[in-house]
Amino acid sequence: MRTFTYLRPDDVAGAVEAVAADAEARFIAGGSNLVDHLKLGVARPGTLVDVTRLGLDAIEPHEGGLRVGANVRNSDLAAHPVVRQRYPAVARALLAGASGQIRHQATTAGNLLQRTRCVYFQDVTTPCHKREPGSGCSAVEGYGRYNAILGASESCVAVHPSDLAVALTAVDAVVVVQGPGGERRVPMTELHRLPGDRPQDDTVLEHGDLVVAVELPDSPVSGLSTYYKARDRASYAFALVSVAAAVDLDGDTVRDLRVVWGGVAHKPWRATTLEDRLRGHVLTEETVAAAADAELSDAVTTADNAYKPAMVRGATIHALTGLARRAGAATTEGVDA
Amino acid sequence: MTTPTGTSPQGTGHRLTLTVDGRAHEVEVDVRSTLLDTLRERLGVTTVKKGCDHGQCGSCTVLLDGRRHLTCLSLAVQHDGAALTTADGLAATEGGGEGDLHRVQQAFLDRDAYQCGYCTPGQVCSAVGALAELEQGHPSHVTDDLEAEVDLDDDHLDDELRERMSGNLCRCGAYVNILAAIKDAAGVATDGPTTTEEAAR
Repeated sequence: MRTFTYLRPDDVAGAVEAVAADAEARFIAGGSNLVDHLKLGVARPGTLVDVTRLGLDAIEPHEGGLRVGANVRNSDLAAHPVVRQRYPAVARALLAGASGQIRHQATTAGNLLQRTRCVYFQDVTTPCHKREPGSGCSAVEGYGRYNAILGASESCVAVHPSDLAVALTAVDAVVVVQGPGGERRVPMTELHRLPGDRPQDDTVLEHGDLVVAVELPDSPVSGLSTYYKARDRASYAFALVSVAAAVDLDGDTVRDLRVVWGGVAHKPWRATTLEDRLRGHVLTEETVAAAADAELSDAVTTADNAYKPAMVRGATIHALTGLARRAGAATTEGVDA
Repeated sequence: MTTPTGTSPQGTGHRLTLTVDGRAHEVEVDVRSTLLDTLRERLGVTTVKKGCDHGQCGSCTVLLDGRRHLTCLSLAVQHDGAALTTADGLAATEGGGEGDLHRVQQAFLDRDAYQCGYCTPGQVCSAVGALAELEQGHPSHVTDDLEAEVDLDDDHLDDELRERMSGNLCRCGAYVNILAAIKDAAGVATDGPTTTEEAAR
């Protein structure tokens, strides 16, 4: 591990200034991903700026929704009664991620900014454009089981690993960023980027930008929402594919919905084509399958990841028809009462 | 503004205070030291085991501020002032006399819930944390209703405990007895095996 200078600023402005002024500086919060990268040599910062003692750890009501501090631990966010009641997709995604120990350590902002688990990104003996721009991509021709099927480029086929990011995108969350130029708000749909020829940039954040909070809006779709994750073992594994789904129903008909896929792209994949096809329609296995196929019409697969389109289609049917059934059950219960 | 904390003339050494199992230690560490290596190599606290060293096995689990935590993915310098409880310190937290085991430790002993024993300190700490999370009503991935109390009927409790313990791996495969031990500690009646000999029959 390369040695580094450790700084612990007293406030957000000091933290932003410390990183902005030093091209080799990085923020560190829970550290569950970054400390591993320090050990592996994937990250070699000259300075670490610790942001864990800046506060930023409250969950507060905000404009009818919630404002979640950047340092709120994943376990605390998942257990929060308002998140469980009004943003079940968010709670489910958090609980589907990592282990009990890591959920106590990992933070809201850190979870969104964690890096891909592409095996070549984590192996410094292999070429990887994301880790070392210009060095090549080992994943295109190599072990490709986890590779992206949508929005990938010749430079990079890695997928974003966060479960939370997928769910936050489905509930229209907004990330509050404090940068050298002041504060700005970035919708979750715009936070992460597709690789293009700059796969080293996972997000639109600039050097020195610090995520200080995530806002969950008061949205009609978020209450009836869920997160479904398919993985190699029952627990403690990254997604092969995942689906965050949130719907607003008028009887049986979809008034509005959000469907976001994880494990298929360099960012949480908002399935807008699928959504457009399902608005105004009834959620059945057939309608959802057809809409998913339309969304997948541009999918590119190899022999290694050819399973993914069928898996994400099936997961989407499972998630959406499950929500429709739950809504129907709720209505029936209401009538009976 | 930024405040370099405890920077020594060499620039990479940091003086920390860590309270481990009720005992305060002051130690100067290289900035790159993990909490795990600081505990084992500098403070001689070898209760905490180094398994994978990458957050995948759980054998380095301690209780940090009462919650289970991996020491291998934690920089010591970030935890100046922290109070940790390792498996060794758990006995004292039950309020018993010297030599009295924590109920989770006793249950592991009674159920023979280990073979080589290497993962046991992490398993025990994790079990204590998992039971506390259950008592606080925290849901898990396998909890059906996020808004209801966690349902602890017998069959579902097995699923809940397996899921909640999934961050702790046992290479020997002593999971059956670990599950039985944790249910004993939770005060739940079980028909599970009492020893490995019975389990083998």
